[in-house]
Amino acid sequence: MKEFKVLMVDDEEEFVRTLDERVKMRNLDSNVALSGEEALEFLEKEAPDVMLLDLKMPGMDGMEVLRRAREAYPGVQVVMLTGHGSDQDEAEARRLGVFDYLRKPIPIEKLMKVLKAAYEKKVQESMVAATFAEAGEFGTAQEIMDKNKKR
Amino acid sequence: MKLRQSISQIFSGLAEVPDQENAPIRYNIVRRNMTVLMLLITLVPLTLMTVINYYEYRSVLRDEIVTPQKVLVNKAKHSIELFLANRLATVNFIASAYTFEELADEANLNRIFRVLKREFEGFVDLGLIDSAGLQVSYAGPYKLQGKDYSEQTWFEHVRVNGTYISDVFKGYRRFPHLALAVQHLPENGKSWIVRATINTAKLDELIASMGLDHESDAFLVNKEGILQTNSKYYGQALEQCPCVPSVSYEPTVVEKTDPKGRAIILTYAYFPSTNFIFMLIKPQAQVMKAWYTLKADLFIVFLISVAVIVVVVLRLTKTMFQRMKESDDKRALALREMEHNHKLSSIGRLAAGVAHEINNPLAVINEKAGLMKDLIEFTPDFPDKERFLGPVGTIIGSVDRCRAITHRLLGFARRMDVEIQVLDVNDVIRETIGFLEKEALYRNIKLNLKFARELPRIESDRGQLQQVFLNILNNALQAMDDGGTVSVATFERDEQSIGVTIQDTGHGMSDETLKHIFEPFFTTKSSGKGTGLGLSITYGLVKKLGGDVDVQSKPGKGTRFTVYLPVKQQESQGS
Repeated sequence: MKEFKVLMVDDEEEFVRTLDERVKMRNLDSNVALSGEEALEFLEKEAPDVMLLDLKMPGMDGMEVLRRAREAYPGVQVVMLTGHGSDQDEAEARRLGVFDYLRKPIPIEKLMKVLKAAYEKKVQESMVAATFAEAGEFGTAQEIMDKNKKR
Repeated sequence: MKLRQSISQIFSGLAEVPDQENAPIRYNIVRRNMTVLMLLITLVPLTLMTVINYYEYRSVLRDEIVTPQKVLVNKAKHSIELFLANRLATVNFIASAYTFEELADEANLNRIFRVLKREFEGFVDLGLIDSAGLQVSYAGPYKLQGKDYSEQTWFEHVRVNGTYISDVFKGYRRFPHLALAVQHLPENGKSWIVRATINTAKLDELIASMGLDHESDAFLVNKEGILQTNSKYYGQALEQCPCVPSVSYEPTVVEKTDPKGRAIILTYAYFPSTNFIFMLIKPQAQVMKAWYTLKADLFIVFLISVAVIVVVVLRLTKTMFQRMKESDDKRALALREMEHNHKLSSIGRLAAGVAHEINNPLAVINEKAGLMKDLIEFTPDFPDKERFLGPVGTIIGSVDRCRAITHRLLGFARRMDVEIQVLDVNDVIRETIGFLEKEALYRNIKLNLKFARELPRIESDRGQLQQVFLNILNNALQAMDDGGTVSVATFERDEQSIGVTIQDTGHGMSDETLKHIFEPFFTTKSSGKGTGLGLSITYGLVKKLGGDVDVQSKPGKGTRFTVYLPVKQQESQGS
């Protein structure tokens, strides 16, 4: 049984496939999307815990994917991993609620650490949401998660 | 034409910005030209004015000096002429009023002579001479009866002209006198001559009445140059005087040197009817006194003006050129700084672009090598495990190094957020030194801290300041062999800024190195040991905080960094 499900989005196939293989070796359920559109399709069908997202991609770029994902699938933690990216990009991404903003290249150990931390956060968030949803005092789980996001 | 050329040269020289190498020489040439030009345009008119004034004043003053002399001479000449004419008229009256017989009678003549002496001063004697030239009768102190004058020139003269005034002579009489003779021609044809002599005392009196001062001299001289009256300086009457001027019946002024060597002004006039010349002599020194004073004043004023102009012009050009040089220097400095900043920022942008582009392939290498490592490690009993792990580890290590470089590059280009707070720079330095104390201790390097006690707290970013000091201190430590000294001092530069100096006793830098020290990738460390970014990041940080960095270095002696930081952040600076 894999620990949790990860979606890696990057147009650089050599990079993302290799990374995918390495992450799989480290016992995660890793999946690959080679474009923004592909990533959204995947999100629609399956529910990954963490999404690793590149910024600069042909077609829909990472920032757009991030925006839509946060809207439609707030439960998915997003980690940016990019070779480009200015301060403005980082600030914008953080404003949209990424878990972390990483720069390529990154040692696998560090990446693993971040992915795990992101997963843990996701678990916590859904637990809190579930608790409040049971109590029913603060509206639906969705509403509470929105509140959390704002915080 | 030539002047115009050189002037336009001077001005074009002024307009040019001297290039750095020739600047001092160029400045000196331009300054010299300017000084000469200014001196010329001030001194030439001044000199011209002075010279013109000199001649104008001289002619005016000369007129003023000369005119009274002429008037005086004219007056004296007139009174002497009047005197002589008067005496001649008297003699003429006697010759006409009496008959020959009456005059031949000695008693009668004596009576006339007595009246004459009483009424008119200066008559010495009176005599009647017949047409043959024999003295018929005589009244006076001498025994002259029967004397024959027919051979004498004056007799001929009076026979021809009717009247005669002689030069002054002594004759029988032992004192200077002159003779007046008048021929009377009655209708019956037998003519006679009345001759009288008068002494020259009256002439002396007339001259004395001119009221001359003791240095002036006035006298009569005849056309042969024999003195007719006594002169103060040129001898007694009847002595030869060597000064006979050219003929002029109007009063004339000449400047000359007399036989005694005195510079004199001679005013003279010829008598039209007699043989006399009236002369008035004044020493130039006295007459021209006013002129000499004026001349001296003029000269002094001229000299003082020249001195003042020269001093002012020199001072003026000096200050002017200093100002000019200063502003040129400032401009050059500003240009250099701008160029430098521009260079840094464009290099920064380029570097960031390169870093971005390299990051992606680097990531691929990283992952591929990582995968290889994973495969080796995850596969149990992989053959020659160690031999593969080594190179793969090196690849990953090299990627790490590249990553460090690209990330620093991005950091260099990135506009980091500035978090301004009020802080004590001494504290910040103390904290920073805390990071390095161990290394210093280990390498036996002395840290010499000299903090200003009352250093104003400044508005700045703590983290970035730490980065700045850390970079410079690191550089200092790396520049030294074990056992040197690093001195850190803080001071208040002025009301708006403070300064921090960090001085090491390390290897120092050449001027060439110093020029490039803040450029990214410029490093003197062996390849692989330094990125060459530390100081350029430092520079960028200090500039961003509104400060400035100054470096001084001498090879072999060490390097001194001075960081200036503003006490207050300006609005535009910071975030």
